[in-house]
Amino acid sequence: MAIFSVYVVNKAGGLVYQLDHYAPRAEAEKTFGFPLDLALKVHDERVVVAFGQRDGIRVGHAVLAINGADVSGRFTADGRDVLELLSNPAHYPVSIRFGRPRLSSNEKLMLASMFHSLFAIGSQLSPEPGSSGIEMLETDTFKLHCFQTLTGIKFVVLADPRQAGIDSLLRKIYEIYSDFALKNPFYSLEMPIRCELFDQNLKLALEVAEKAGPFGPGP
Amino acid sequence: MTVHNLYVFDRAGTCLHYSEWHRRKPPGISQEEEFKLMFGMLFSIRSFVAKMSPVDMRDGFLCFQTSKYKLHYYETPTGLRFVLTTDLGVGSARDALQHLYSNIYVELVVKNPLCPLGEPVQSELFRSRLDAFVRALPFFSARAA
Repeated sequence: MAIFSVYVVNKAGGLVYQLDHYAPRAEAEKTFGFPLDLALKVHDERVVVAFGQRDGIRVGHAVLAINGADVSGRFTADGRDVLELLSNPAHYPVSIRFGRPRLSSNEKLMLASMFHSLFAIGSQLSPEPGSSGIEMLETDTFKLHCFQTLTGIKFVVLADPRQAGIDSLLRKIYEIYSDFALKNPFYSLEMPIRCELFDQNLKLALEVAEKAGPFGPGP
Repeated sequence: MTVHNLYVFDRAGTCLHYSEWHRRKPPGISQEEEFKLMFGMLFSIRSFVAKMSPVDMRDGFLCFQTSKYKLHYYETPTGLRFVLTTDLGVGSARDALQHLYSNIYVELVVKNPLCPLGEPVQSELFRSRLDAFVRALPFFSARAA
C-alpha cells in the first residue's frame, strides 16, 4: 500500500504544487567490462538503454550513476559526456547503475498540463450527458485519482491500485489547501504553493491515509 | 448496468469498427472527428501513463472513469486497440475485450481473406457476431435495448 505522489493543478493547467511521497526503487547496478554489451542512446536529454535487456536492466532504463557517482542527464557530476566516457576502454571495468528515469520538474509541469487536457477531452467524449472529466484512471502499476473543485483546481493523487480511502484523502487535501494556502496572506492565487504549513499538513494527511490501509474510512 | 459504445482502432489510428448501444449524448462533432479525438486521447494517455508510472509496467493503461461513464481499454501486442465504454457499475471488461479480439476479430476478420486489414471492417458476420456477443454480456442491460 502506498501513495506515490500528489499534484495540484490550477484552472489554467499549470502545476502549482507537486510532492513525491514514496518512490519505489527499481534500480540495478552492475559492473561491465569493455566493450559494453548494452546499446545506449540519448533520449530526452538522458542516456537510456535501447537494446540488451538483462539482469533487471530493462529497455528504457536510464543511467543513474557511474562508479557510484550520480549522473545528471547526459553528463556526469564533473561535466563529462556519459556516452563518451563509456566508449573509452581506459575507463573499464565500470560499474553502472540503471533505473527508471526520475521525472524532472519540467516533465512534471508538462505532465500536469497534459492531464489537464486529457481531463477535458474525457468529458467531451462522454456517451452520457453531463459527465465530468477523468476522476480515476487505472493502470496495472498505479491508480490516478483526480478531484476537481468548483473553482477549477484539480488535486491529483497517484497511489497503489489497492490503496483505499483516496476519495476522502482528496477532500482532505482540498481542506488543507483552503486552510493553509488560501488563508495564507502571502499566497497569491494560481501561483506555486510555497507554504510550510501546507507541506507539513499534507504529509501528515498522506501518512494517515496510508496507515488507514485497504479498510480505511470510505468517502 | 449498461454498455454505451465500442471502438476498434488499428495501430495507425484508423477506426476499424464502431458500434453504439445506449448512447444518450450526441457527439456534437462529426463521427470522423470523434474517432480522431478518441484515438488521440488514448495515444496521449498511453504516453502519459508510461511517464507517470513509478515502476515498470506490463499492461499499461486499463481503464478510466468519470462521473458518468467508464472507459475500458485493451491493446494487443500488434497495436489493435479495443475501447468499450460502459456505466460506472461495471468492474473489469478486460476478459470481454480479450474475447472480442481472439474469438471474434481474429476469427472473422484476420482469417477472412475478403477483409483487407487496416480498413474499416465491412463484414456483416463480424458485425452481427460482435453485436450478439456484447448483448449477451452480463453487464449489458436489457432496458432500452
